[in-house]
Amino acid sequence: MSPSVPLQEMIRAIRSARTQCEERGVIQRECAAIRAQFRQADNGGRSHNLAKLLYVHMLGYPAHFGQMECVRMIASPRYSEKRVGYLGAMMLLDEKQDASLLITNSIKNDLSHSNQYVQSLALCTLACMGSAEMCRDLAPEIDRLLRASNSYIKKKAALCAVHIVRKVHELGELFAPAARTLLTEKNHGVLHGAVVLIIELCERNPETLERFRKTVPDLVQIMKGLVLSGYSPEHDVAGISDPFLQVRILRLLRILGHNNEGASDAMNDLLAQVATNTDSTKTVGNAVLYETVLTVLDIKSESGLRVLAVNILGRFLLNNDRNIRYIAMTSLQKIVGTDHNAVQRHRGTIVDCLKDQDASVKRRALELSLALVSATNVRSMMKELLIFLSSCPQELKSHAASGIFNAAER
Amino acid sequence: MMRFLLLFSRQGKLRLQKWFTPVSDREKKKVIRDMMLLVLARQPRSCNFLHWRDLKIVYKRYASLYFCSGLENNDNELLALEVLHRYVELLDKYFGNVCELDLIFNFEKAYYILDEFLMGGEVLETSKVAVSDSMEEADTLQETMEEYMSKPTY
Repeated sequence: MSPSVPLQEMIRAIRSARTQCEERGVIQRECAAIRAQFRQADNGGRSHNLAKLLYVHMLGYPAHFGQMECVRMIASPRYSEKRVGYLGAMMLLDEKQDASLLITNSIKNDLSHSNQYVQSLALCTLACMGSAEMCRDLAPEIDRLLRASNSYIKKKAALCAVHIVRKVHELGELFAPAARTLLTEKNHGVLHGAVVLIIELCERNPETLERFRKTVPDLVQIMKGLVLSGYSPEHDVAGISDPFLQVRILRLLRILGHNNEGASDAMNDLLAQVATNTDSTKTVGNAVLYETVLTVLDIKSESGLRVLAVNILGRFLLNNDRNIRYIAMTSLQKIVGTDHNAVQRHRGTIVDCLKDQDASVKRRALELSLALVSATNVRSMMKELLIFLSSCPQELKSHAASGIFNAAER
Repeated sequence: MMRFLLLFSRQGKLRLQKWFTPVSDREKKKVIRDMMLLVLARQPRSCNFLHWRDLKIVYKRYASLYFCSGLENNDNELLALEVLHRYVELLDKYFGNVCELDLIFNFEKAYYILDEFLMGGEVLETSKVAVSDSMEEADTLQETMEEYMSKPTY
């Protein structure tokens, strides 16, 4: 008999209830049975009972009586029970519950378990609901795992460290050395985790940021490898090699190059390469281009590169995909103050987007159009904006009207 | 980082909820209600991005399910679409032509797969193969233990 059958039988019984009232009746009966089972001594079906309770919880019914069972299951030596126990902890416990402290010891033990899948459960749960106290307690263990374990554990330890730093900022210093070393790893999962961790450290501490600026050449090398490498089946998404990692690295480069000439120079060529070589026929390529544009616009880039970036946004405005048009406008909005003339060049297309069917796109087009009104174009812009006002959806009317008024005043 | 990921049907039935920051039960219910209201009201060929409170909402419909994620302001929305798509691909590979019923009757598996792909609101593993392999090994470990435990001891 397959282990999941009792769970699936219960799910079937719940689903066959024809009314809300009937469903509540079934659930009450099931919960009573589950409660009784919890009170019994160790039996073979403990994980199924907890799983049933978690299902009931997802339907919106109260399940706090299962919290202690989660604690017990997590402490069990059986993997099947730990697996459901940890899942239950992530669903039913959060740092505000007293019960969550009780699992700290189990997590600590499981972090050094001989089986990596048990270690993995502990790392995942800590990263999901670890309180500041738990984080402080277990940080040294996570640092140890960052340095000396296999790739599977390292990548999880990296993201666990990210959570710890978000909870307890001072602990960032602890992880900085290990994070630096992880950049030399070949495994993409570990690299990705390392980049996320470094971003977190740099965003929180300017001194750490200074130190990590030295890694710009290494990051440029890694990106080059991804962009210029041939087809890699494991990481390929529509012709782009590991877009998730590419976007992350671009984001880190943005942080390191911001307000720094030296770093920005070092990444200039790479950014130009990515901007020109990335295939923009699918969303995934555009995701990378989008991140590249944001980076170019936020660092001390050469003017040629800046023009290239704004032109990419201009191309996005003409894309058939609404999402791309929306992204283009939010990005142009961010730079309409600093690169006003560059954005003005695309005014025609932006005004055309006022006629788009989509409400989100219309809203963005309105914001941007209002920002582009100037002494030279006020007459033609007003004409377009008034046409828009007469036919625009109700929720935008007042905003449009006040915007037009403000622009006219200027 | 991703703050939350919700999966729900057109009829407003929640099939999965993953919260990457501590949120009270009351607040969770409110967010779920708001997301369902916002997303289910959208026209079929709308933009997949919304603004809600201080978050960016990225959603995509796959067959009968809506995948809805809440992101922070400096997150890349286009990449978020790829993240949702990747999760669907992983589910599809695991269940073989996945459908809503698979996620209902095997909801705990959907969570286990998610936990091999995302952690702390960030992408954990960028290789599809690596995630599938980990799931297979973990499942084998679970089955072996179950079988071992159910055998009578002499």
